[in-house]
Amino acid sequence: MSTTQTSKILRMNPRIFMVWIFMISISMIFVSLISAYIVKKGEPGGFNVDLPSMFYYSTALVLLSSIFKQLSYFASKKDNFKSLKLYLLLSLVTGILFLVTQYLGWVQLVGGGVYFVGHPDGSFIYILSGVHAFHLISGLFFILYVYSKSVKLDVHSKNMFFVEMSTTYWHFLAGLWVYLFITLYFYNI
Amino acid sequence: MGVTKTITSKSKTKVEEHHHEHHEESFITKYIFSEDHKMIAKQFLITGIFWAIVGGALSSLFRIQLGFPDMDLTALSPIIGNWLTPQGKIDPEVYLALITMHGTIMVFFVLTAGLSGTFSNFLIPLQIGARDMASGFLNMLSYWFFFLSSIVMFISIFVEGGPASGGWTIYPPLSALPQAVSGSGMGMTLWLFSMSLFIVSALLGALNYITTVINLRTEGMTFFRMPLTIWAFFVTAILGVLSFPVLLSAALLLIMDRSFGTSFYLSDIYIAGEALSNQGGSAILFQHLFWFLGHPEVYIVILPSLGITSEIIATCSRKPIFGYRAMVYSIFGIGALSFVVWAHHMFISGMNPFLGSVFTILTLIIAVPSAIKAFNYIATLWRGNIIFTPAMLFSIGLVSFFISGGLTGLFLGNSVVDINLHDTYFVVAHFHIVMGSASFFGLFAGVYHWFPKMFGRMMNSTLGYVHFWVTFIGAYLVFFPLHYIGIAGFPRRYYSFTNFETGRIESFIDLNTFVSFAAILTFIAQFIFLFNFFYSMYRGRKASANPWKSNTIEWTTPVEPGHGNWPGKIPTVTRWPYDYSKPGAKDDFIPQHIPLSSTKESNMPEDEHR
Repeated sequence: MSTTQTSKILRMNPRIFMVWIFMISISMIFVSLISAYIVKKGEPGGFNVDLPSMFYYSTALVLLSSIFKQLSYFASKKDNFKSLKLYLLLSLVTGILFLVTQYLGWVQLVGGGVYFVGHPDGSFIYILSGVHAFHLISGLFFILYVYSKSVKLDVHSKNMFFVEMSTTYWHFLAGLWVYLFITLYFYNI
Repeated sequence: MGVTKTITSKSKTKVEEHHHEHHEESFITKYIFSEDHKMIAKQFLITGIFWAIVGGALSSLFRIQLGFPDMDLTALSPIIGNWLTPQGKIDPEVYLALITMHGTIMVFFVLTAGLSGTFSNFLIPLQIGARDMASGFLNMLSYWFFFLSSIVMFISIFVEGGPASGGWTIYPPLSALPQAVSGSGMGMTLWLFSMSLFIVSALLGALNYITTVINLRTEGMTFFRMPLTIWAFFVTAILGVLSFPVLLSAALLLIMDRSFGTSFYLSDIYIAGEALSNQGGSAILFQHLFWFLGHPEVYIVILPSLGITSEIIATCSRKPIFGYRAMVYSIFGIGALSFVVWAHHMFISGMNPFLGSVFTILTLIIAVPSAIKAFNYIATLWRGNIIFTPAMLFSIGLVSFFISGGLTGLFLGNSVVDINLHDTYFVVAHFHIVMGSASFFGLFAGVYHWFPKMFGRMMNSTLGYVHFWVTFIGAYLVFFPLHYIGIAGFPRRYYSFTNFETGRIESFIDLNTFVSFAAILTFIAQFIFLFNFFYSMYRGRKASANPWKSNTIEWTTPVEPGHGNWPGKIPTVTRWPYDYSKPGAKDDFIPQHIPLSSTKESNMPEDEHR
């Protein structure tokens, strides 16, 4: 009787939970934009875009960055502060390089005659990569915040919250880019 | 090791309790930048009331135009001077701006932020037994984003060229081209900016509501012991998290089209005899994106009201809610279906007729959970020991509106019938009854019912009864004739119907005049409520701890709960919230925190599993 009367309720860290809901709502932005893009590609009168070669480097960089971020998580778990800071920095640098290659990709697009202003088949590529880049910048700030905390030795095996959440978010953004890249690739051949 | 651990955890809870008991607050942290969910709820409520007055006043203005097309409004020129033509009539473009702002304000600022923002914030922690929201800071941000968005929207009413005027749905290309209409200039830019802020606010709020409901329930508060209010707020928040981001992407693409020259929504447009260079876009894309938010949005508006009335009807009928689980499942059913019916707003957009019939079927299925809810309300009232408090009257009024407005939904949901009725006053009548009036009645019911918990005083019930009867009869007098006007073929959003000279349209002018009379009277009657609200806040009769003899645990807090809600331990919950008039029990209600072991005389076998 007592078990049914005061049964414990399901609980997880509310802040971690919030980050997950946040990622779901970001996904909805991309779900809607990608659906719009797919419908647009199905209509006559459009054109295929040669994806800039820089986007391939972007993909490699964002995956590399994700690996570094995961390593920083492991380092924090083992209280290895030196490699924690190193891997955080590496993921930051690869993240910034990702943004640089994205920008160079846009330059290549413009060079190939695909402008932001013009037929939506081209504009969508800028919008999708741009909105993703915007979120990636927010992820960079998150990592920067974790880094500043790790300098103060505030990130360790007993306080994994921030490193865990920034890692989840970072993987999400990397996965999102890979998804966008594959979608753009297959809808443009 | 184990011993030290328990000691530290004990001292930790002590520190926490200490922290909650002595919470010295300055004026600013208590009333302005408050992180207390109760204060944030009141902020949402007051801002919502402000917006409701603005939205109602705007509707009175355009009702004057519709009901009295020849009236000279020069007397109003000190207030709305530059909205009038030299003849003293409302300017046609201003008329469009008025209906646009009325829709935007009522749907988003009053019935989304004012309703969800108030009652989700206020009731979720109190009814599930939490000290506050999962993140008080994000909650505060949610209000302040809403406040900023309100300011931007308010400023937009007064800018050069007037506020947005493309209708609350802001369909491009009208809204995308500043040269199309003066309201698509600065006013539209501010509208989009304001709505972006609003979306951020709605998302932050929803994030908190979902997290709090799932993670911060008190011991024993299993999902199926939650009051139906919480279920409704919970599903509303889920709808918000899934649909508002889509509006954000729709708005983003529109901003790009407006300000950066892209062509997402634009193609083959001639304006003033000149062809625009935009090619390849699709205005229908905007409709799809907009209504993917827009349809869930109407359930974001109505579900909290349905939750509030479920609670009030059970309490004031002194009966358990009929079919508690069916109510929960139908909330989920309505929520899930709301995502797959959006194209019923677009039947005449040239969509494939087959697709139209798919959306028709999906739309009509919504009648099933809705009818379950209506049936359960009536079955709860049936042979109940009904106590007609003002809140109860408003709840019954909601049930009435929900049924009479829902029935016309069956016609509009049919693609075949909708072709005839689309964009007529029949649609206006439908959604003003089922979503406008019904939600407003839920809002009023909630305010009357939880006013004692909010301010520690009772509202005057005589004024409440007057307010109810005038508003209830008034709302029907306003919106019921609109059905006939709609069937007669009056298109909505038209400035004037006097220029057709067919003889048929003119014959409805009297009915329009009647509607305008009723609308303005109903609007004026709301000031009874306003007076009651603010007067009772300071001068009302002091409330007792549980004035409605209700079961939910918010009534176990002190009459005016401080930050942290319960001064001592949070009550543990052992039963569902609807143990009213239980056979064998001493009183006709058993609050949720009373353990089953102390009510042996009335326990039922099924109590074990609730």
